[in-house]
Amino acid sequence: MSMTLDRPTLDSKTPEGPLADKWDNFKANEKLVNPANKRKFKVIVVGTGLAGASAAATLAELGYQVDAFTFHDSPRRAHSIAAQGGINAAKNYRGDGDSVHRLFYDTIKGGDFRSRESNVHRLAQVSVNIIDQMVAQGVPFAREYGGMLDNRSFGGAQVSRTFYARGQTGQQLLLGAYQQLARQIGIGNVRLFNRTELVDVVNIDGRCAGIVVRDLMTGEVSSHSAHAVVLATGGYGNVFFLSTNAMACNVTAAWRAHRRGALFANPCYTQIHPTCIPQSDDFQSKLTLMSESLRNDGRVWVPKMAGDTRSPQDIPESDRDYYLERLYPSFGNLAPRDISSRAAKRAIDSGQGVGPKQNGVYLDFADAIGRLGRNVVAERYGNLFDMYERITGENPYDTPMRIYPASHYTMGGLWVDYELMTTIPGLYAAGEANFSDHGANRLGASALMQGLADGYFVLPYTISNYLSQWLNKSIPDTSHPEFARVEAEARDRYHRLASIGGTRSPDYFHRELGKIIWDYCGMERTEAGLDKALSEIPALYEEFSKDLRVTGGEDGLNQTLEKAGRVEDFFELGMLMCRDALEREESCGGHFRAEHQTDDGEALRDDENFAHVSAWEWTGDATQPTLHKEPLAYEEVGFQTRSYK
Amino acid sequence: MSGTLKNLTLKIWRQSGPNDAGRFDTHVIDEITDEASFLEMLDILNERLVESGEDAVVFDHDCREGICGTCSLMINGQAHGPERATATCQLHMRKFSSGDTIVIEPWRASAFPIVRDLMVDRSAFDRIVESGGFITAATGGAPDANLTPIPKPVSDAAMDAAQCIGCGACVAACPNGAANLFTGAKVTHLNLLPQGQAERYQRVENMVETMDDRFGSCTNHGECEAACPKEISIDVIALMNADYRKAKTINRKSLSRV
Ligand SMILES: Cc1cc2nc3c(=O)[nH]c(=O)nc-3n(C[C@H](O)[C@H](O)[C@H](O)COP(=O)(O)OP(=O)(O)OC[C@H]3O[C@@H](n4cnc5c(N)ncnc54)[C@H](O)[C@@H]3O)c2cc1C
Ligand code: FES
Repeated sequence: MSMTLDRPTLDSKTPEGPLADKWDNFKANEKLVNPANKRKFKVIVVGTGLAGASAAATLAELGYQVDAFTFHDSPRRAHSIAAQGGINAAKNYRGDGDSVHRLFYDTIKGGDFRSRESNVHRLAQVSVNIIDQMVAQGVPFAREYGGMLDNRSFGGAQVSRTFYARGQTGQQLLLGAYQQLARQIGIGNVRLFNRTELVDVVNIDGRCAGIVVRDLMTGEVSSHSAHAVVLATGGYGNVFFLSTNAMACNVTAAWRAHRRGALFANPCYTQIHPTCIPQSDDFQSKLTLMSESLRNDGRVWVPKMAGDTRSPQDIPESDRDYYLERLYPSFGNLAPRDISSRAAKRAIDSGQGVGPKQNGVYLDFADAIGRLGRNVVAERYGNLFDMYERITGENPYDTPMRIYPASHYTMGGLWVDYELMTTIPGLYAAGEANFSDHGANRLGASALMQGLADGYFVLPYTISNYLSQWLNKSIPDTSHPEFARVEAEARDRYHRLASIGGTRSPDYFHRELGKIIWDYCGMERTEAGLDKALSEIPALYEEFSKDLRVTGGEDGLNQTLEKAGRVEDFFELGMLMCRDALEREESCGGHFRAEHQTDDGEALRDDENFAHVSAWEWTGDATQPTLHKEPLAYEEVGFQTRSYK
Repeated sequence: MSGTLKNLTLKIWRQSGPNDAGRFDTHVIDEITDEASFLEMLDILNERLVESGEDAVVFDHDCREGICGTCSLMINGQAHGPERATATCQLHMRKFSSGDTIVIEPWRASAFPIVRDLMVDRSAFDRIVESGGFITAATGGAPDANLTPIPKPVSDAAMDAAQCIGCGACVAACPNGAANLFTGAKVTHLNLLPQGQAERYQRVENMVETMDDRFGSCTNHGECEAACPKEISIDVIALMNADYRKAKTINRKSLSRV
């Protein structure tokens, strides 16, 4: 590489002082940019989901020049729109014992002691501001008759701190952030580049100098320079092919940054969500989530007897196993996701699965309907019940839902320091794209919180700390030859993909890749399985490179070509995930290595050897990445064995 | 439970760009399970087309959960197809029968130019929102969220309107290509809430006028409400119209005061 960066170091830049004071200390000591000077700085924000839209709008309000990019036709389409259940905040409006400390603690514990304490504490602190901000913007959160905000509970917590807008919380939050961004676009403070995909990142003189994008309407590749670049490009759950993510979610932006020097942290930490509608046929394109909030009132069970094919109504109480209530009495049906998913897998593996393919467990609302009445249940979950019926043809008011775990969220992502900067100076990552706050397992309703915390209340503060040094200094613009070089590489890449001339579509390879990753790097991982994946993925990738067929040419709109580029990046990411999972010889959160479990099948952590973030460096060979470790120290909470019993 | 559909004939609109005349292509699907979604059927067709060297049919889609508003197909002349309150991506093949001919077209409205095949450009909706579909509340200064109680019925009514997914089915279904249901939904959401009062009249005036510049006029056909996958009530148009009339007086008065 001609434009070398310094050797990556993992300095988390955690501020001094006691945990609860760190964020205030940071703000007291950071370098600011005065209001009149802000307009001298250009910031590129890639991604306009919750994290990106909130960051772009806020940075523009502060006075920076902002260019925002999304491959969607409108910011309102980002995958954040699909979040159903809710958003956490330590408001303690219920007076049920919640506090910043408790939210902090629950998040650390939920993440199985694999997240950075300082970041998580800040997240809990700013969570309260998010709700205030969103209400001010007109987000119609659910309310009680007295007019105050309502709350519900979510997995992994014993308090009710989740704010929600029916089953459409992500939609309402994203529309709030989108509208705020739209206002800035309307008055000319943000330039929006829609249907434009980031295809590479450009570094010059040891810092991120800009990006290279492809206009999806014309196929044209072009460059954009800036003082700083923010990637808020979402997660990589679609590496599994089948997931609850929207079809277009992909890893390309983060992966291209990784290939240019940004370390990728904890790629094997992926979340398998316990309550999705089971797969019904082989060419299914995606899986649908049934919000975790349903576990507030639904009871999970399977028949006690393996292979019991009676219809659920005919199975008497005595023949049912409410396994979550039995195994985890204090959290019951609200046990965290990783734990509930594995429990479902165990039930199904032992032959107790239900439904035509015996690939589900029941989520039963009969008790709730008896206790609360059908109307209350309909008010709480009506739209989810309707969606379930549209997809399965079964009515969950009368017969229990069938659910099964599916890939849902990725805790891993670009390594960032306390200021959300990647290992490339001037390149930031926010929202699901970074690895920061959820450790090895994310609690429900905490992704929306983190995305908005990053975009509204963290980045706008931390970015000035970096920008201030560039005041009145010139930075390279897109006439610098490095931009032309990276552009040429991008054009060559799409040309190569478009002209392989094989026989198989990108979707075929994506599906096959997804199967390998699901089988060997999904809910349960073993050394032998991961070794197998690490030999099968390169072989399949080889086939992809020879047998891919993309029709439609390179110029102009070509969805097949877009897909091919994204699938290629999933191949390389898939190898890194398996490498990371193989290297991490312990079980923690969503990463379950079958070799490391307790007698009753729970995850067995190894704090002695693995209390670190694994951050991987690209070496030019996808099979030979270099590992860097950021040790994790806990000042405030000691390591504990996670128990939800 | 599940069954198989046989021998479906798809007549799909193909158009290479905004200025191309366009035409229907016919494809036969020999067999498909009724568990498949409508878009999965198109996925299968596209994979077949690509693997046999032809260009895939371009269509917009993303969440496949009926919430992002990206999918947008006219199916047998109905926006989002035959199932009530259901976006295209949530439509399943069990709503069709063996031997059916299914006509698939893009949204047709002058404000939504066709990009390619079944994909249209709906950015005119973004222009409406940019002109006033927001509450100005810069990040940082918001008071505690429970400081302003909002009666549940008010908040529920705002939420009913706020559910709009911005898909454009209302425009596609309207014989005039009007965007009053979309615009009315956003105006109603924000104008009902206490937080939205400060900008209430300026908002409605700006949004309605931006809308009128780009879309056709509403003549109360009501097709929009019937096509809406979120069942947004046409009442939002009445509220918007009432606020617009008031705005015309109030905004004129406040102008004369400056
Ligand atoms: C079905 C479902 C339900 C969920 N429910 C909840 C919930 O109830 N509570 C909760 O807290 N979390 C929930 N989550 C998780 C949460 O929704 C996501 O983690 C979060 O919304 C991610 O936000 P984001 O801003 O980081 O990314 P996204 O919303 O995914 O946005 C990514 C943006 O980046 C853009 N982009 C990506 N790559 C590129 C590129 N190369 N070039 C240009 N643009 C690009 C996209 O266009 C988009 O604008 C749910 C997730 C799913 C799948
Ligand atoms: S694809 Fe999102 S609403 Fe249909």
